[in-house]
Amino acid sequence: MNDTAERPNRAKPELEQEHVSIQSVLDVQEKSAYQRFIGNQSFWVTVALVAICLGMVWVEPRFATEDNFYNITRNFAFIGIMALGMTPVIITGGIDLSVGSVMGLAAIVAGSVLLAETPAWMAGWWPEAAWAHSWWMAVIAGLAAGAVVGFINGVLIAYVGLPPFVVTLGMLAAARAVGVILSGNRMLYDFIPDADTFKIIGGGQNFGFDLPFRLSNPFLIMIVLTIGLAVVLRMATWGRHIYAIGGNEHAANLTGVPVKRVKVQAYVLCSLSAALAAILSVGWSGSANNSLGATYELLAIASVVIGGANLMGGEGTAYGAFVGAALIFVIRNSLLMAGVDSNWQGIFVGAFIVLAVLLERIRGRRRE
Amino acid sequence: MLLELRKVSKSFGAIKAVSDVDLQVGRGELVGLMGDNGAGKSTMIKLIAGNFPPSSGEIVIDDEVVHFHKPVEARGKGIEVVYQDLALCNNLTAAANLFLGRELKSSIGPIRWLNHAAMNRRAGELFGELKSETRPRDLVRQMSGGQRQAVAIARTRLTDAKIVLMDEPTAAISVRQVAEVLDLIRRLKDSGITVVLISHRMPDVFAVCERVVVMRRGRKVADKPITDSSPEEVTGLITGAIHSA
Ligand SMILES: Nc1ncnc2c1ncn2[C@@H]1O[C@H](COP(=O)(O)OP(=O)(O)OP(=O)(O)O)[C@@H](O)[C@H]1O
Ligand SMILES: [Mg+2]
Repeated sequence: MNDTAERPNRAKPELEQEHVSIQSVLDVQEKSAYQRFIGNQSFWVTVALVAICLGMVWVEPRFATEDNFYNITRNFAFIGIMALGMTPVIITGGIDLSVGSVMGLAAIVAGSVLLAETPAWMAGWWPEAAWAHSWWMAVIAGLAAGAVVGFINGVLIAYVGLPPFVVTLGMLAAARAVGVILSGNRMLYDFIPDADTFKIIGGGQNFGFDLPFRLSNPFLIMIVLTIGLAVVLRMATWGRHIYAIGGNEHAANLTGVPVKRVKVQAYVLCSLSAALAAILSVGWSGSANNSLGATYELLAIASVVIGGANLMGGEGTAYGAFVGAALIFVIRNSLLMAGVDSNWQGIFVGAFIVLAVLLERIRGRRRE
Repeated sequence: MLLELRKVSKSFGAIKAVSDVDLQVGRGELVGLMGDNGAGKSTMIKLIAGNFPPSSGEIVIDDEVVHFHKPVEARGKGIEVVYQDLALCNNLTAAANLFLGRELKSSIGPIRWLNHAAMNRRAGELFGELKSETRPRDLVRQMSGGQRQAVAIARTRLTDAKIVLMDEPTAAISVRQVAEVLDLIRRLKDSGITVVLISHRMPDVFAVCERVVVMRRGRKVADKPITDSSPEEVTGLITGAIHSA
């Protein structure tokens, strides 16, 4: 490890250095680190999550089974991955309402590549090209569809200067429509043999390793992404800039943060995460449906907000998105097991979002 | 001439914030820029710092006409600014704000990451030089006005700037800290750095500056050595009681 960044030059005049004792500074920090931990929304969400799980284990024997754990963690992984992608966007003070539709579009694009009988709109050379008919081509095509949508969102927001809410609301409609058109409004399931590999990525477990426990691939991927995003937000210049833009975009601009580029990257990343969730979901279910992901944008945004992100920008963590998504799904699962009609779940999810924002308000007021 | 403005004007729609200003500032000079609210002082600073281009006229640095498109380009030419609104991110720490846009990094091969320890250490040193009790790891949100100002001023010390533009750097700070900042400004000058100081505080300007430039309604109405002027005259120029000098 070596310092490559050139150390800024010292001020030329000889200054009598009155060093602030570094130790005294660190001591102050130790105290507030604990306070910050306690004041953290994701900490309390974790407490709530553990409490609900313990309560469920006690009253409902079916909850604590290996199968149920496997299913909950897999189901929440799809939303969790989208929530992770949504996190940088929300930290910059933006929002992406199009992720659910991106899921539908990416699913159809990936599914079309996997189809045994290629749809009419595909180019003539496509059925002949062997490389085009492969599982990895389907993955790339699905991700590319997401990247393109994210890029359009990002450019319209960062360079043209339109409000994120408006741009991504428009994209919510447009991306879904494109998915419907490309699929001919049919479900795609008649796949080539190579699709088996594709199905294992989303539907398999333990990344194919023989392990003493059983975790779905989507869940494992989400864990890897959570750690990856946490590291990037904390250790990378990009992460620092994401927070700076959310804190004071004007100041970030003045100090040389490439605000527009970073914003575009955030939206591309967000759409990519939705496309990845779609690819995993298609692999798991073995079919691609253009309605995949409808209303998921709500769940993804709710996860991020419940995890402590501020919709005004400047705050949010990878772990918050993770634990926020987990809480939503454990609550859904609990309600289901308690026999509550699934149509009622929306009320709970909605109430939780409002509650989370309310908590944020109250904490914010105390800080002032 | 290190810095020269030639017939520089800047309009915002119908408002002419700066009109036909000529200004020459030499290396190591310490110029006070005064004027009433809305006289166009901040606008002039922002023109030099590349926040926006002039509507007409030329800005010359080191005998070279410059056309800055963004502030970073001006910084690349050795121009550092303390903005009136300080330009800080409330959600980041003092050290993070200090190094925003030029973070210190460590690396192994192509992988680079933020060197938090080095940034905090260096920030502590810079705050120490300013005699400011600002802790590098505190969030700006929780800091006092004076501490925020210290962060904004410390930013100009990260590199050896040629020109430091300070827009009311002593507006929110205590008497003791004002003395420190004025001291810092003198030290900058001694080390050959050019400083343009905007202030509403007459004593500050007369204490450190060698020249005073007065603006009124976008025009430069006076530009003279401080020894040839007096607080009374400058007050008259600012209010318009004296037309020009
Ligand atoms: N971005 C802008 N858009 C429109 N008008 C502006 C803008 N910036 C400044 N102005 C106008 O230009 C004029 C000069 O403003 P400026 O901020 O330069 O004054 P100032 O001398 O710095 O005053 P103060 O002492 O209050 O800081 C004012 O009338 C102001 O309203
Ligand atoms: Mg001003």
